[in-house]
Order: sequence, then structure tokens, then C-alpha cells
Amino acid sequence: MSDLTPSDLTGLTIAEARDRLRKKEITARELTEAHIAAIEAANDALNAFVVATPDKALDMAKASDARLAKGQGLPLDGLPLGIKDLFCTRDVRTTAGSAILDDFKPVYESTVTQNLWDAGAVMLGKLNMDEFAMGSSNETSHFKPCVNPWRADGSSKPLVPGGSSGGSASAVAARIAMAATASDTGGSIRQPAAFTGTVGIKPTYGRCSRWGIVAFASSLDQAGPITRTVRDAAIMLGQMASHDPKDSTSADRPVPDYEAALGKSVKGLRIGIPKEYRIEGMSAEIEALWQQGIDWFKAAGAEIREISLPHTKYALPAYYIVAPAEASSNLARYDGVRYGLRVNGRDITSMYEETRSEGFGAEVKRRILIGTYVLSAGYYDAYYIKAQKVRTLIRQDFERAYQEVDAILTPATPSPAFGIGEKSGDPIEMYLNDIFTVTVNMAGLPGISVPAGFSKQGLPLGLQLIGRPFDEETVLRAAQVIEDAAGPARRPDAWWLGSTSAADAPKSPKAAKPAKMAKAAAKKSS
Amino acid sequence: MKVDEATVRHVARLARIKVSGQEAQSLQRELSAILDWVEQLDAVDTNGVEPMTRVEAMALPQRSDAVTDGGIPDQIVKNAPLTEDHFFVVPKVVE
Repeated sequence: MSDLTPSDLTGLTIAEARDRLRKKEITARELTEAHIAAIEAANDALNAFVVATPDKALDMAKASDARLAKGQGLPLDGLPLGIKDLFCTRDVRTTAGSAILDDFKPVYESTVTQNLWDAGAVMLGKLNMDEFAMGSSNETSHFKPCVNPWRADGSSKPLVPGGSSGGSASAVAARIAMAATASDTGGSIRQPAAFTGTVGIKPTYGRCSRWGIVAFASSLDQAGPITRTVRDAAIMLGQMASHDPKDSTSADRPVPDYEAALGKSVKGLRIGIPKEYRIEGMSAEIEALWQQGIDWFKAAGAEIREISLPHTKYALPAYYIVAPAEASSNLARYDGVRYGLRVNGRDITSMYEETRSEGFGAEVKRRILIGTYVLSAGYYDAYYIKAQKVRTLIRQDFERAYQEVDAILTPATPSPAFGIGEKSGDPIEMYLNDIFTVTVNMAGLPGISVPAGFSKQGLPLGLQLIGRPFDEETVLRAAQVIEDAAGPARRPDAWWLGSTSAADAPKSPKAAKPAKMAKAAAKKSS
Repeated sequence: MKVDEATVRHVARLARIKVSGQEAQSLQRELSAILDWVEQLDAVDTNGVEPMTRVEAMALPQRSDAVTDGGIPDQIVKNAPLTEDHFFVVPKVVE
């Protein structure tokens, strides 16, 4: 046992914990126990985990310790991770945040999570998310909203953690998971990362296998990690990425050593600043943050160039044709026959209709209906084909830009985290959260959100870097410049612990008062 | 309004989602607003532009047409709401 407190242990980065585990300064067991206790202490307040798997975590930690003791540690041995509930996990309930999957327990494991377990990582449980990853605030989850560990200065108003990977971002920011898997269809990794002061990278489409990930929009969905540092993002992505014959869109090319790309100078690197991202009504705060980023890159020796991405403003409306169209097709499988919820009707059609009416939430129904409409007879060319043509133009914008620059710098979100319930009344207002991130999915490019500063109210803000296809290395290397300049990551005040400070949290998970959600969920998953 | 209530009901029927009268009204409003908003794409000249079908040019991988798994009926029906002898059970569909 080390002399580190549980709070010290949960505060370690992946890189630090990995190195200490290898030097036998800490054990996977104590690291895992510290996280299990932290989840129990925080989850009632944050609702980040929808299923906790403490027994599984301790079993996995035991196996890690055995390997580490023999000096046979794997790349992620003993590191406790949270898994977005979109990833199928064998025998552990997987819901995609929806009631329609009910008590679905996959008999198989997603390729991305299997890669992580093969690398020795420890699973803490499944993380809250917007239903079927459709949302920007985690408020569409069937399991109630997840809460951002950050609060505005002097306020106790609950804020959204962003979405759809809200549980992933909240858990990593709150130090109840060392890192988490996430997925990004229009901004679902980068926007919550920006809202919680964490790092989120969406790699190039095809870099991570989509096999075993509940499908939303197949030509846009891509998995990636949420972490607390750029180095941890590089480590996680290196293990999540692979070529997978089970996903025909998976890229058959070697996975580079992303960590090795870090620390290389950005001297002479050409950073593009797209003028179209200076949207009307952009807040002075976001504008200043962006300028700060530009200044940091100049100081690091990079070359700043103004570029033009003329079709930027059409990305979001085109996305809201393509994504719902693909979703309406993908979600046709939830019919109450092979898995999930069934609500009986007078015949088979009414059984389908009753099941889908009860099982899907309002935002999912809205998107299925939009998708069904734009794909229906007479509208296919006017909407879907038109949007796919616009997508070609968006991709060509980037191709032209990358003849002049090596990476592109933009804000990650138009605002810091907002209050729960504040934007749920107007779908389009909610959709605008993805205005800076969605172009990247439409073009299939890699993008990262890095913490870059704080709003006047003390809330985290992020900058986004966009790279060439399969050039995650440059994206990560450049992200390191922002991280280094912005200073060490801040830890949100652990208000969920009440008067006890994080350092006083119980050392043994058994001594901690189990959170209702975690306990119930653990029972379900066993 | 871009879509009327009858259209909402038709689309909901195609999508096999039952909607109540009240739901149909709010969906009519929301769908119309979203469709009005995406109409700005009409301003983009897409003449001669190919629709994007792939993010990156890549030949679709092929494999030999052989059985790669099977013999796992217990697993296949494990999560089904109603089964009998490894069959999914649904309401009667033929008279």
C-alpha cells in the first residue's frame, strides 16, 4: 500500500498512475478501491454512472496486480475506466440511455472495450448519456440528467455536463474515473469535454471500430476517449483504435504511437483560423479565448494563417438531415421482438407501435420522424441527397484549407455549460451547441477539445483543434501547446461531499455509504 | 407550417411509432420548425456535386462467403422478451 490518500489516487492522471503501478509504488487494487469509494460518494449528486460494477472492477484489478507483480504489466494495466453506456459490454446491462433496451445484457463485447480490457484496463461501470447519443446536455437520458461537477462561482445551480457523453465527461472531471470512453456523432465527445474542463478527442472516421457500439448515425459515429490531459488522450486513443474486420468502415492502417508524438515542437506548424467561425453574436468571452489560443501558438513558434471554410454555416442544417435519416434506419431494429422492451398490442403492427411509443423518448421520436420524413417517397432527393452533396462541399473546403495549413484552431462551443432545463424547450437552440464541432463529423476529420480557460463565472471553456484525416498525431501535439499554456488542470470543488473534503473520504469502499444508484445497479449487473 | 397533422400521422405510421393527438400537434410544430430551418440548404449550389458516400476513398473489404460463427441459439434468444424452443414469438401475422 502506498501512502497516497484516496483523493491523491483519484487525482492521478493515467500516465502518472501507469508509471507508479509499474514501479510498484501503488497497486491496482488500492487505485480501484479509491475510485469505487469516490463513485459511491459522488454518484447520488452527479448521476454519472447508470451501472456500477465494483465486483468486476476488483476482479480485474486483482488480475492486473498479478501481472504487474511479475513485471508483465500491459499498457493500461490496473487503470480504472468508465464506459459510456453506448458500448456493449458482455453480461453488463447496456441501454444507450434508453428505456427501449430495457434490461439488455449483451452476449458480446464491443471491439473498443475489448481492446481496453486486453490492454489490462479495469471497468468501473457504465456511464450516463443522452438517449441514443441524441442530445447536447445529457437531459434526454432515460436515467435522468447527469450533473456537471463544475458550478458557477458562488452558485449551487446544477449545470449540464454537455452531451451526449455527459456521464463520461462528468465522471472524469469529478475524479471518479481516470478516463472514459465516449462517442461523437456531431460533437458528443468535444462539447462535454469543453463543458467540464476535460480533454476529448474524436479521431478520424474509421480509426476506432464501431462494432458493438449502439448505432446512431453510421456515417458520422466515431468513438474516442475523454481524459484529463492530452497525454492521457494519446494513451487511451492508442489502445482504443484498431483495424477491425467486423466493421467494414474500419481503417486498415497501423495505429501510430500517439504518445510519442507529444512534446515535439510546433515551430513552423501552420495553424489555420477559419473566418467563418466568427459567428454573429459570438460572446466576447469566447472571442477572447480564441485570440488567447492564437497568441499561444504564435509564442510557440507556429505560423497563424486566416483561412476560409465557406460552407461552414450549412454543416448543422445538413447534419440535421443526414443524422436523423441514418438514425431512423438504425433504430428500426427496436421492435420488441429480439431484445429490449415489448408492449403488447392487438396485432403485430400495434405491438411495434406501442413498444416504440413507450420505449423511445421525445427527442428520439422527433429525430426518427424527421429522418423518416426526409427519406420518404418524393423527398429523398430534395433532402438526403442534397445534404450529402453539401457534405461533399464541406469536405472540399477542408481539403483546400489543408493545402495551406496543418491544423485548424476554433472555439469548441459557443458558450460554457448552461443550467439544467434552460435549453430543453427549443430543439434548434439545443442543436446550435454543436455549431463548431459538427463540421468535423460531416468531413470525417479528427478533432480535439482542450481546456483553455475559464468564463467570468469560473466555468471551463475549451478550444478545438481539427486535423487532416488520420493525422491525430499533429492534433495531439498541437493540443499539448494549449494545455501547457493554459496551466495545470483544475479540479472542481467536491461540493457533493458536503462538509467533508475529498481528502477525508473513506479509504475503504466498505466503510463508505453506498449510493442508491450504484448499489441497485451493481445488483442488476451481477 | 411545413407539415400538417395528417403528414405527421403518416410519417409516424411509417416509423411504427404511435402518437397521441397532443403529441401529433407538438410534433407538427417541431418538425415544421426543423424543416424550415434546414431549408437554408436551398441557397447552396450543388449542381454537378457528387453526394458524399464515403468519408475517405476506400475499397469495401471483401471476405470469402463462409460461415464464421453459429451454433449459439441460446445466446441469440437470450435477451428476447418472448421465445419458445429458440424461436422468437410474435403475435400471429397470417390467418
